[in-house]
Amino acid sequence: MQTQLEMFETNLGSVRTAVTRTSPAAFQETLADVVDEPAIGAPLPFEEVSLEGLDIVLEPTPDQLREAACGVTAAALGVADYGTVVLESTPDGTELAGLFPDRHVIVVRERDLVDDMAAAFERLGERFRTGDGDAVLATGPSATADMGELVYGVHGPRETHAVIVEDDAE
Amino acid sequence: MSSERSRKAERIRQIMATEGDSVERNARGFNEGRYESVARLEDYDAYKDRARAIKADAIERLPELIERVRETVEENGGTVYVAEDAADANRYVRELARERAAETVVKSKSMTTEEIDLNEALAAEGCDVWETDLGEFVLQVADEAPSHLVAPAIHQSRAEIAALFNEYFDPDTELETAEELTAFAREYLGERIEDADIGVTGANFVTADTGTMALVTSEGNARKTVAVPDTHVAVAGVEKIIPTFEDLQPFVELIARSGTGQDITSYVSLFSPPVSTPPVDFDDDGPIADDSADREFHLVLLDNGRMDMREDDQLRETLYCIRCGACSNSCANFQSVGGHAFGGETYSGGIATGWEAGVHGQESADEFNDLCTGCSRCVNQCPVKIDIPWINTVVRDRRNRGAEDGRLDFLVEGLTPDEEPAGMDLQKRFFGNFATLSKLGSATAPVSNWVADTLPSRLAMERVLGIDRRRDLPEFDRETFVEWFRNRDVPRPVDADYHAVVYPDLYTNYIRTDRGKATVRTLEALGVAVDVPDVASSGRAPLSQGMIATAEDHAREVSADLEPYLEAGYDVVAVEPSDLAMFRGEYERLLDERRYRALAERSYEVFEYIYGLLENGVDPAPLGHASDGDGAGSALAYHSHCQQRTLELEAYTTNVLERLGYDVLESDVECCGMAGSFGYKREYYDLSVDVGERLGEQFEAPDTADRTVVASGTSCLEQLDGLLARQPRHPISLVEPDGSE
Repeated sequence: MQTQLEMFETNLGSVRTAVTRTSPAAFQETLADVVDEPAIGAPLPFEEVSLEGLDIVLEPTPDQLREAACGVTAAALGVADYGTVVLESTPDGTELAGLFPDRHVIVVRERDLVDDMAAAFERLGERFRTGDGDAVLATGPSATADMGELVYGVHGPRETHAVIVEDDAE
Repeated sequence: MSSERSRKAERIRQIMATEGDSVERNARGFNEGRYESVARLEDYDAYKDRARAIKADAIERLPELIERVRETVEENGGTVYVAEDAADANRYVRELARERAAETVVKSKSMTTEEIDLNEALAAEGCDVWETDLGEFVLQVADEAPSHLVAPAIHQSRAEIAALFNEYFDPDTELETAEELTAFAREYLGERIEDADIGVTGANFVTADTGTMALVTSEGNARKTVAVPDTHVAVAGVEKIIPTFEDLQPFVELIARSGTGQDITSYVSLFSPPVSTPPVDFDDDGPIADDSADREFHLVLLDNGRMDMREDDQLRETLYCIRCGACSNSCANFQSVGGHAFGGETYSGGIATGWEAGVHGQESADEFNDLCTGCSRCVNQCPVKIDIPWINTVVRDRRNRGAEDGRLDFLVEGLTPDEEPAGMDLQKRFFGNFATLSKLGSATAPVSNWVADTLPSRLAMERVLGIDRRRDLPEFDRETFVEWFRNRDVPRPVDADYHAVVYPDLYTNYIRTDRGKATVRTLEALGVAVDVPDVASSGRAPLSQGMIATAEDHAREVSADLEPYLEAGYDVVAVEPSDLAMFRGEYERLLDERRYRALAERSYEVFEYIYGLLENGVDPAPLGHASDGDGAGSALAYHSHCQQRTLELEAYTTNVLERLGYDVLESDVECCGMAGSFGYKREYYDLSVDVGERLGEQFEAPDTADRTVVASGTSCLEQLDGLLARQPRHPISLVEPDGSE
């Protein structure tokens, strides 16, 4: 019997998303390993981890957005049975950082995992009703089959990589 | 009429030759993906029921929900405009473009904007309009219309797209691979998106309670179209509204699975615009987050005939459609020709008849409505369980009645149970009145068979009735099945536990009487007291031609003929699956509730009935077993029948045959391409054979080539007979008691 976390990891794998598990303490070190430069990002809405101090531009200009090889953004939820992450839009441009660069590094906390879409929609319904009203259910990289065969990285990222921040032991 | 038929046949042949291979490969790929993907989904059926209930509720409460959307979108800071028709919607968007002095507009795929020709309207305003969905981009460059609801360019191969791009864009290095083509399009369209003043999207769903629109995509173009320009216009049919945010969930689980066979697309965007992402001005050097420009959002809700469809009892279900394209992918004819033959001005595939009749008017549906053979394959594949063949039949009926232009006339007229109109197409009248023809043909057999088969007759039939001379005609038996039973001197079992009427459908009664006789012998051997009364024909033939009033008359006659038997405790056993499908399906719409239930609940397909008897402990010993060696051999290749499969009945035949020692290999090809009258018609003969060849190939593969071929439906048997060297048989001929020739 797989745990919820294991199921999420397995399903991320099957939608072509690489996975790295890390602890809050090792987070910055882990991230430095998986980020390609130049990198842009948006501040993480989490207490336990932050992008501050890493070589990641958090308030990019349009040129930096265009030139970035990698974008780092937070996921509000992870949906275990699909390997889906919920990416919220914010005024500081989370959506852009996760959409323009070739590589998207998604930071998701273990505590934000839910089993399935039904649970995700329950959580999202609460948010959407209180005014946080934009989110993308993202499952794997951007893809198209319109050119005769499956190709990754069309208008969105070619590669997706999830960094899962484990819950603190206590 | 004759030259019109030739033109149609020629056009279909040409599309099959140029686009057929690509369409077939892609549509069948989606189809196979769907089977696998829905199998992985727990509670698939429960989701379909929920999805249908949500849409039914939403369409019922639509006026109220439109007002609710207006409130929530305005609360969020956007604007809602309900456009009466295409001109009204286009005018609104054009004025916006003028106000914004828009030079470049980028679009994310939207069939609704195709429906109103928004691109042309914007071009007239001087805007450069670019489709950012790669499939749509290909079509824009090629100046072609979409051929599929979800994958608009499936009729084009990679090589064709490469040739098109190399010719049109003349790139420094010739483009060849899918990777290269994609990279080129990404770069080219990326620049257009950066320049864009307005982004236009459709919407897959709009939720009334939160003003959220759901966009289902995989490329990311919808996200960029919404995020980059500061003005976003969404154009959506009013039917896209669902009541609550949580109502999105079953659709998110179903839509990609139903469409392309993926569990979910890469992106399901849930935006409550104006979105909180800052717009990107690529001419600006400052941080994007500092951009204080206000975002503007306009939701254009399009009526364009939809509110009238809502009032139309027969077309209303069309509005439940979530445009996934499952009906197209599962349709054997669509797999051969795609949406350029099987579609109207905008919409394609099975559900397109309803859409085109509703939004563009009857004449746009006329063009392709006949390509639905009523096989019902799509009904179980539709995630909201729309009875698409019924909608097609209704539109065919209205068309027979010569519904004039303008969509309102026929909506008001509805289905009036009067005689079929005199001016109706002669070919349709001929096939629709097959019952009368059969009676006559049988009464004058064998002369009628001989006359019909002479070359002058065939030429005349082809010219006048459009019956293709390459198709073998059925041969009428001199003695009908009913007469045979009446003249027979066999004592009926006394104190039988089971009483059954074997339904003498047209084919069993006049043409394939042997299978009726075999059924009687089989049931009697199992201790059933059998009767074969003279019962009216089911009405399948007129229904197929869109003659609903005539079919209704037949249904009433059948019901009246069988009523005394049903009251006396008889079951009804049908040999022909399409007739059983009438009793259990269409009769619900043709008879009153009580009569329908009385018949539907007591009707069985012959092998379903035999299976029931065996399950109830009846001894199969008297039946023909594989080991009896009547020349058939014990290895069978079995093709079920489309409507039999929709009713999930094919397993009974396989099970009974296996109990009797046969080794059964069942075809997984979903359609024989014949569908009653369809394959006889000159304009569709080639298409019917193209579809049939998939079945033919499967039954000529090394592991099936030596097997005896059996099939349940008359049409399937006729098609297989035309395709194979071996003569196919009805399975009942293998199980009837020994020595009963």
